Amino acid sequence: MQRQAASMKRSLFNQEYLDEQFNELEELQDDANPNFVEEVVNLFFTDSARLIRNIELALANGPYDFGRLDDMMHQFKGSSSSIGAKRVKRECSQFQEYCNGRNIEGCKRAFQGVKQEYATLKTKLDAYFQMAREAS
Amino acid sequence: MNLGSASSSVSWKSSNNDRVSDQQFPAGLRVLVVDDDPTCLRILEKMLGNCHYEVTKSNRAEIALSMLRENRNGFDIVISDVHMPDMDGFKLLEHVGLEMDLPVIMMSADDSKDVVMKGVTHGACDYLIKPVRIEALKNIWQHVIRKKKHEFPKDKDFDQSTSVEDNGDRQQKPPEDVDYSSSANEGNWKSSKRRKEEEDENEERDDSSTLKKPRVVWSVELHQQFVQAVNQLGIDKAVPKKILELMNVPGLTRENVASHLQKYRLYLRRLSGVSQHQSGLNNSFMGHPEATYGTMTSFNGLELQALATGQLPAQSLATLQAAALGRSAKSAISMPLVDQRNLFSFENPKLRFPEGQQQLNNSNKQINLLHGIPTTMEPKQLADLHQSSQSFVAMNMQGNPRMQQNNTLLMQMSQQQPSRAQMLNETNNGQVSRPPLSMSQPLSSNGIRNSIVETVRGPVYNPVSQASSVVDFSLNQNAELQNNGFPLVRSNSGMSTLTSKRLLQEEVNSDIKGSRGFPAGYDIFEELHQQKSQEWGLPNVGSTFGASTDHSSIPGTLNVSPSMLVQQVSSMKNRQNGNSLPISKVFCSREESGSVNPMGGPQLNLLPSGNLLTVKAEQLPDTSYQSTFFPEQFGQDDLMSALLKQQESVGQVESEFSFDGYSPLDNLPV
Repeated sequence: MQRQAASMKRSLFNQEYLDEQFNELEELQDDANPNFVEEVVNLFFTDSARLIRNIELALANGPYDFGRLDDMMHQFKGSSSSIGAKRVKRECSQFQEYCNGRNIEGCKRAFQGVKQEYATLKTKLDAYFQMAREAS
Repeated sequence: MNLGSASSSVSWKSSNNDRVSDQQFPAGLRVLVVDDDPTCLRILEKMLGNCHYEVTKSNRAEIALSMLRENRNGFDIVISDVHMPDMDGFKLLEHVGLEMDLPVIMMSADDSKDVVMKGVTHGACDYLIKPVRIEALKNIWQHVIRKKKHEFPKDKDFDQSTSVEDNGDRQQKPPEDVDYSSSANEGNWKSSKRRKEEEDENEERDDSSTLKKPRVVWSVELHQQFVQAVNQLGIDKAVPKKILELMNVPGLTRENVASHLQKYRLYLRRLSGVSQHQSGLNNSFMGHPEATYGTMTSFNGLELQALATGQLPAQSLATLQAAALGRSAKSAISMPLVDQRNLFSFENPKLRFPEGQQQLNNSNKQINLLHGIPTTMEPKQLADLHQSSQSFVAMNMQGNPRMQQNNTLLMQMSQQQPSRAQMLNETNNGQVSRPPLSMSQPLSSNGIRNSIVETVRGPVYNPVSQASSVVDFSLNQNAELQNNGFPLVRSNSGMSTLTSKRLLQEEVNSDIKGSRGFPAGYDIFEELHQQKSQEWGLPNVGSTFGASTDHSSIPGTLNVSPSMLVQQVSSMKNRQNGNSLPISKVFCSREESGSVNPMGGPQLNLLPSGNLLTVKAEQLPDTSYQSTFFPEQFGQDDLMSALLKQQESVGQVESEFSFDGYSPLDNLPV
């Protein structure tokens, strides 16, 4: 079980779903906070849902405020990076590039990418934590 | 780790100066971390906890600021995110730097150079790129040590030569020293101002530290010389070398001047940025080499001189006032709205006014005032303040031979607001015994500055009964001044101009909101002046006494007479906090709706006189300004009642004075 969890984690890293920041979080985990990583990840998904929603709304129809879009995405990106969500971060950067280019279609496309990676990561991490819990 | 509690069980939380806990350091370092992102906040909290720091977290800058104000000595260091919804991280940085003089570390996922540079210029002691790693947090204690050292270089109590210092500080110090000398300077100014008011230039030989060069304390006089030199050369042409030559101060190095100039430029830009908002006076501000640092030129010189000489007829004064208020076209005085904090932070020590006469005749000087006074006032208000300050200054000048005090702010305030004083007097609702505003000497240079600040604050001149008696701010019982009918703040007991300023600010602030009633400050002034030579008929002046600087941490220490503060506060805030008006609240500038009143002002030692209370932005009641305590020396009770009365009538002080969409730093070129 533990090996499975470990192997799952390795694969998440290999596939770049996660980066070293995730390790940082795990290092913070201790006896006093044995589920720290899961707690933080849950916090992230809960809070970022709001950010995602806001961006979605802002992209729904014009006029498009690219500055604001960029700001919102910057926020979301910062949050994602704090848990080590590498792929998500990448998509965020892509989005921001389109923002800078004032390319609304590009933004919308990139945002789909963001949401997709976001959803995938959530699924995978849910599975991972489940396994980690069972392993311990 | 105790989370969320400022009280620590370790020896850290002792006196401000005695921060270093020998055994446990850096454990127990009291960190306040501010980030609107809950994920990041939680992570940081955990990381800091793992470093054995005592962590307090907040997801809102306003709350963090109020926590800091309430418990000034409760924290050692602040870590803040740059992008936050309720307040720009840099603004928070400024506030903290000015009011509490704590080291502040900025964080952001944004690692672009200009943002990082912004952090540097705003005085952040470090800038962390997110995601933050725990390693980056492990050494943040060095900033605390460094700051302490710089603040009290001569304070041997703060023994730096501990192993602690040797560990991380030493290595870090040299580079950081150079880079952050300015920010450190701020702290130094404040403290040095407080402690070394008389010294012209303190060569801080921190031998025990790893400082490679002696720290220069930019005293008011020194700064004055600096400003004069810059004016002479022209702001565009002022290069450190030439400035140094002009200043001709032994022991001063080109680097000292360079770093000071950098800050000064920052300040100027802020001012100019502010004035742009207001009336585009900015241009003049920035573009006039010998101009009075911007805006005060036309108006300043003229008015001030007139005032100084007492020639200015009442009408003129009124005009001034009006102008200041923005009614008239006298927006010549574009008092750049300088974020008070900023001003104070690096201007304070610089706010040195040469002996009275000089100031009067030197329009530049007047400008200095402005520069020195960081205030976040609306353009109009700035002008107003400026004007009032002008007159104030003029008045002060005449009366105060000794203006070397650090009571720059105070003086300025009092000076600036002669009209305000007028207003104050006029409106004084109650007959409270007000402590005389110490418009005395310190006012001269400082006063002018202060006044500028005040004006910057956004002269909210509530059109108080204009016909009422002129507030007589007699500086140092200066009969001449009084004769002129300028409302001179009487600086009997060395009332800090600050107080008056605060009043003014408060008033101004309230006006800014537009819903201010007559600031209580008036009351104070009225009491203060027994002689009302003329009726200024000026509208409320200086309501923004405290308002503008909500976070106004006035660098340097202004001894604001409590009563003044109180007045201000009360006027500023409608809310009633009761009688406790913390001195520090002097600058309870803006009153944000629902936000804590940042009366927790910076420490202002406006006047050296012992009567003045040192304002320390300590307790900032959560409520708005209201809470202020009355200093004993003044007839607080009377004042209080007057203030309270005022409060009722005073509208909400403009809360976000400094944050009214104005990012002074934004204008600064990086």
